[in-house]
Amino acid sequence: MRENLHRFFRAARGVGVHVSPAESIDAMRAVAQVGISDRAVLRDALLLTLAKSKDEKLALGDCFDLFFSQPEPRQDQPETDNDDTPQDADQPPSSSDGGESQSPEGLGALAQMLLSQDRNAIAAAIASASGAASLSDIRYSTQRGIFSSRILDAMGLQRLRDDLDELTATNPALAERLRAALDALREAVRDTVSQGLALYAREEAENLRNEILRNAPLARIERRQVAEMRSLIRQIARRLRERYSKPRKRQRRGHLDVRRTLRRNAAWGGVPFLTAWKRKHRDRPKIVALCDVSGSVAQVSDFFLLLIHSLHEVVDDVRSFAFSSHLIEVSEILESNSPEEAMSEIMSKVGFGSSDYGSSLVDFEKEFMSTLTPQTTVIVLGDARSNNLDPRADILRRISDRSKRLVWLNPEGRLAWGFGDSEMPRYATFCSVVRQCATAQQLERAVSDIVATYQ
Amino acid sequence: MADQKASTSIEAVENGLAAQGYIASRQIATAVYLSQQIEKPILVEGPAGVGKTELAKAIAAWRGMKMIRLQCYEGLDEAKALYEWKYAKQLLYTQILKDKLGEVLGGAQTLHAALDQLHDFGDVFFSKEFVEPRPLLQALEQPGGCVLLIDEIDKSDAEFESLLLEILSDFQVTIPELGTVSAITPPTVILTSNSERDLGDALKRRCLHLHIGFPEQRLEERIVESRVPGISQTLRRQMVGFIHEIRSLDLKKLPSVSETIDWARVLVLLQASELDTEIVKDTLNVLLKYEADIEAATPQVTTFIAKAARSNVFG
Repeated sequence: MRENLHRFFRAARGVGVHVSPAESIDAMRAVAQVGISDRAVLRDALLLTLAKSKDEKLALGDCFDLFFSQPEPRQDQPETDNDDTPQDADQPPSSSDGGESQSPEGLGALAQMLLSQDRNAIAAAIASASGAASLSDIRYSTQRGIFSSRILDAMGLQRLRDDLDELTATNPALAERLRAALDALREAVRDTVSQGLALYAREEAENLRNEILRNAPLARIERRQVAEMRSLIRQIARRLRERYSKPRKRQRRGHLDVRRTLRRNAAWGGVPFLTAWKRKHRDRPKIVALCDVSGSVAQVSDFFLLLIHSLHEVVDDVRSFAFSSHLIEVSEILESNSPEEAMSEIMSKVGFGSSDYGSSLVDFEKEFMSTLTPQTTVIVLGDARSNNLDPRADILRRISDRSKRLVWLNPEGRLAWGFGDSEMPRYATFCSVVRQCATAQQLERAVSDIVATYQ
Repeated sequence: MADQKASTSIEAVENGLAAQGYIASRQIATAVYLSQQIEKPILVEGPAGVGKTELAKAIAAWRGMKMIRLQCYEGLDEAKALYEWKYAKQLLYTQILKDKLGEVLGGAQTLHAALDQLHDFGDVFFSKEFVEPRPLLQALEQPGGCVLLIDEIDKSDAEFESLLLEILSDFQVTIPELGTVSAITPPTVILTSNSERDLGDALKRRCLHLHIGFPEQRLEERIVESRVPGISQTLRRQMVGFIHEIRSLDLKKLPSVSETIDWARVLVLLQASELDTEIVKDTLNVLLKYEADIEAATPQVTTFIAKAARSNVFG
């Protein structure tokens, strides 16, 4: 049982539940207390000791169900003792099912087991053979074949083949039965391996996929990856939220807190040995995001707006604007719709035009300049390609003057700035920070930096 | 057979809590049983009003132990949670004992000798007599054990969590001047959290993690039955069914068990025998705490009542 629990812990890590050694010890102790006869109680006990959040509980519950559902060769009762070692496989099976017991002596253990149709023994043998073949090391789906054959070898396939050859000559009917049983066995082993893959390899596969996605250029994401990208962005937003959601107190050395100092030093008759200082909450973040949604950068800004809006719990005050040839406010649209609907609505209102930074900035100055306060961080996301129209950098200077910081995120690489119709160098002089921002990872870093300045 | 014993003990926990008017799901009972057996605190998370605090009270009442409650809030620190020196008493005693001190020190010839003598009873002022125990220390000092409820831990600062680690894993606290105080009998510790912020891994690792969500319909009916005995069975079914429909809406704050119980009481007071649109609309403010929520739910009331009545027929 202990062996099984260890494998279960590995599977649990695979689905993203963090199981530390201390937690596995707790789980062991808990299992020792509740026993293993009642599956529901065992499940509860493991969920209580290992999973530490609601999401983890869901994931671990699924993992438990998958782990303890034994793939069966035939219709079978689900409860099998897979922690028994298959010693009983050596016993002559003849006595169990009376009529069919003409199996000749001298066959290998596996052949006898198959012929006797002893399901429990077969399941146990598969389980112990998968242990011997270290099935829990499986990582990629391409390894399924090799692990299947390893398990079959460990079960004694070689001996079975010899037996089969022999029987074909001596007892064809029995050989036929054995062959059918062998096919069933292969299937069962294949199921076991698939289950193992689902249990142990998920983490690896997911990590790999996410790593690739994080570093893929956002502008070139394929349609089928968009949904995955969205969930990755949500993950990033959650991580940023966890990191920054608690308004941290920062000490402001300089102002003495007289009351607390006196209280703290009462033991010394009020002689201030220890001083206490007043503390101050840092500014609440305020963000104004301006997003270019013209064709060339639309997809990046799509993810960017999504990220900013998933961050609502950290940043109470976000206003987002989208522009290509003119500028509109989109905060409302993003908040009240699902991401897909919001994006298509924004696109139908301002999207697909050729970008005109000058007139968009004029729009902003005319209507929304008052949203900027000395606490505001302004983020502009765009490639600064203004189709040779007047860039109106003077407005950007005024925006910069009014706000705390002006951050420009450009999905194009640094090399392209300033060439063609790119106005980046001219705009850059008024920005506090200019960064390249083409992948999810760069996006995360950029937003993380912005939020961090308020901590 | 250990297994046999475990499942009967879990049942015993369920019955024990039920006797105190707390209807526990099997998962809750398992958690309570395990926390006793392997001496671990339980961290209870879940939405407001599903009976997290109530669980601690029920355990204390069932086991006949004292309940010590520590309500967490931002800025809670050691001095309010663990112990504090009784400064005033210390000062007062030094004043009163001034003459005595003079006497004792009077015999000393040199400054050194005086200092030595002072050392001999210098510790007197930092002894147990002058420690004001706060909830955490009190809990350790209960000879018969107790239930320690650390309520809404998510409201406290992250630093406070670290303070708890020692008491949670070893049931002891260290007071620099006195040394380590260990629990006479390890208390049953219940921590509750509304998930307002994520707790640290170190804290979570030391606890059994129990998530209490909204109960299933049957369980909720039993809870109402035990809390509001005067309510008729039909009405109970209907109202619980209705509440389950309400919870499927996208609301600011979903009604939880405490609201269900309040509503049941209100309905009994109004002597309702059956749900109808009129009475539901009049009492919706018991269930929903935001004007916007009430507005969102009002148009659905009639359909929900019909649904609840229908499920009543089949259920």
